[in-house]
Amino acid sequence: MVNEGNVVNCEVVWREISNYLEGEVDPGLRAAMDGHFHTCAHCRSVLEGTRNVIQLYGDERMIEVPSGFGRRLERRLARGAQLRSRAWSTWSAWLLPVAALLLIAGGVRVASSHTMPRPVLSELAQPGHGIPADLPVIVTADARVFHVAGCGVIHNKQTERTLTAKEAIEQGYAPCTRCLRKYLETAARAGSTLQWEAETYSAEEEAYENAKAR
Amino acid sequence: MAQPNAVLNNPETAVLTREQDLIARVQRGEHELFYELVRPYERRVYAAALAILRNESDAEDVAQEAMLKALANLRQFRAEARFSTWLIQITVNEALMRRRRERTAMTEAIDAGRDDEGEYTPRDFADWREIPSEALERKEVRQKLAQALASLDRKYREVFVLRDMEQLNIQETAEALGISVASVKTRLLRARLMLRDLLAGGWEHGWFSRLPFEKGSKPW
Repeated sequence: MVNEGNVVNCEVVWREISNYLEGEVDPGLRAAMDGHFHTCAHCRSVLEGTRNVIQLYGDERMIEVPSGFGRRLERRLARGAQLRSRAWSTWSAWLLPVAALLLIAGGVRVASSHTMPRPVLSELAQPGHGIPADLPVIVTADARVFHVAGCGVIHNKQTERTLTAKEAIEQGYAPCTRCLRKYLETAARAGSTLQWEAETYSAEEEAYENAKAR
Repeated sequence: MAQPNAVLNNPETAVLTREQDLIARVQRGEHELFYELVRPYERRVYAAALAILRNESDAEDVAQEAMLKALANLRQFRAEARFSTWLIQITVNEALMRRRRERTAMTEAIDAGRDDEGEYTPRDFADWREIPSEALERKEVRQKLAQALASLDRKYREVFVLRDMEQLNIQETAEALGISVASVKTRLLRARLMLRDLLAGGWEHGWFSRLPFEKGSKPW
């Protein structure tokens, strides 16, 4: 435990820097490390570089799959699904009459215990980019990325200012791929990534067919 | 400022509802929908397998095996867990079993079980400020990042990939790899610092500096 106002040396900072970025150091140590970063250029450089590493590798684009990966996976799963469906139909031939008998006996309530409650969704409640327009976000002077408060990869904290996500986007800031990941993943799955993947898939199919023709 | 309605304005809820619906339908026997269910995660599954096996062909095969195992065991999936995390954990298990079976990690096995106890001293580089996400559009940059990651010892690479690329939390990472939370934290620290040293060094030698940033907007 480090009390607020205490100082820490470089070795302590290096040992705790990962926990600091995870938000897992106590407030006293965090304050001491913040103070150290103001005065130690080396540790500040380590902090910024480590943040960059987390941000770069956390980006979906860092994951590249071999050409045709999706097509081959789909085919193999289709074969697996066929096998399971045959097995399933054999089972269900027995299962259905048994279930019917149980229902008649009044002993079992089917289905309701196996499904999650599903919130009602308005069709009008689908923003174009997945991030709530009124979400308070933070931008800083020397970065083009906006974050939610407390994000571990905010640079240059002394220049922080708060605005809404809509304003940040209008001013040309891009969402942080770490703290806003859930919105990006959601938006990507809902549309843009699927669209991109569909195009990639089409291109791969075309290349595959061309190679086959040759 | 008015807070957005957490349910109505959250498209994640729509995706989760769709995912739960697909899971329920596959569990009821519509197995042909399984690819639709796992498609958003296929890249992450492959990356997890590759981090452990370091061989593209083996990683693809294990990714497929893991998906088939997930299909076979989907009825055991419980909704309180994230489906993606469950899928990644199956993949990690499959990959670890493959590696044990084929003994491909003989050369790395010697140091696999223990963490380096000494302090790690980050190298002193010029300030490396924020990399804009546009940098990742360049294949050259992605290759450099992949090479740096591949150069790490596997104990560091595995933890880093599961935590920082697959976005599992510390506890989930520990459970997936069968190691302690303390080991995850130690390895994660070292992996991050080593990658920072490798990449900041690369920048000093010029390969980042060739990136096509807007004139006058060099971000570091």
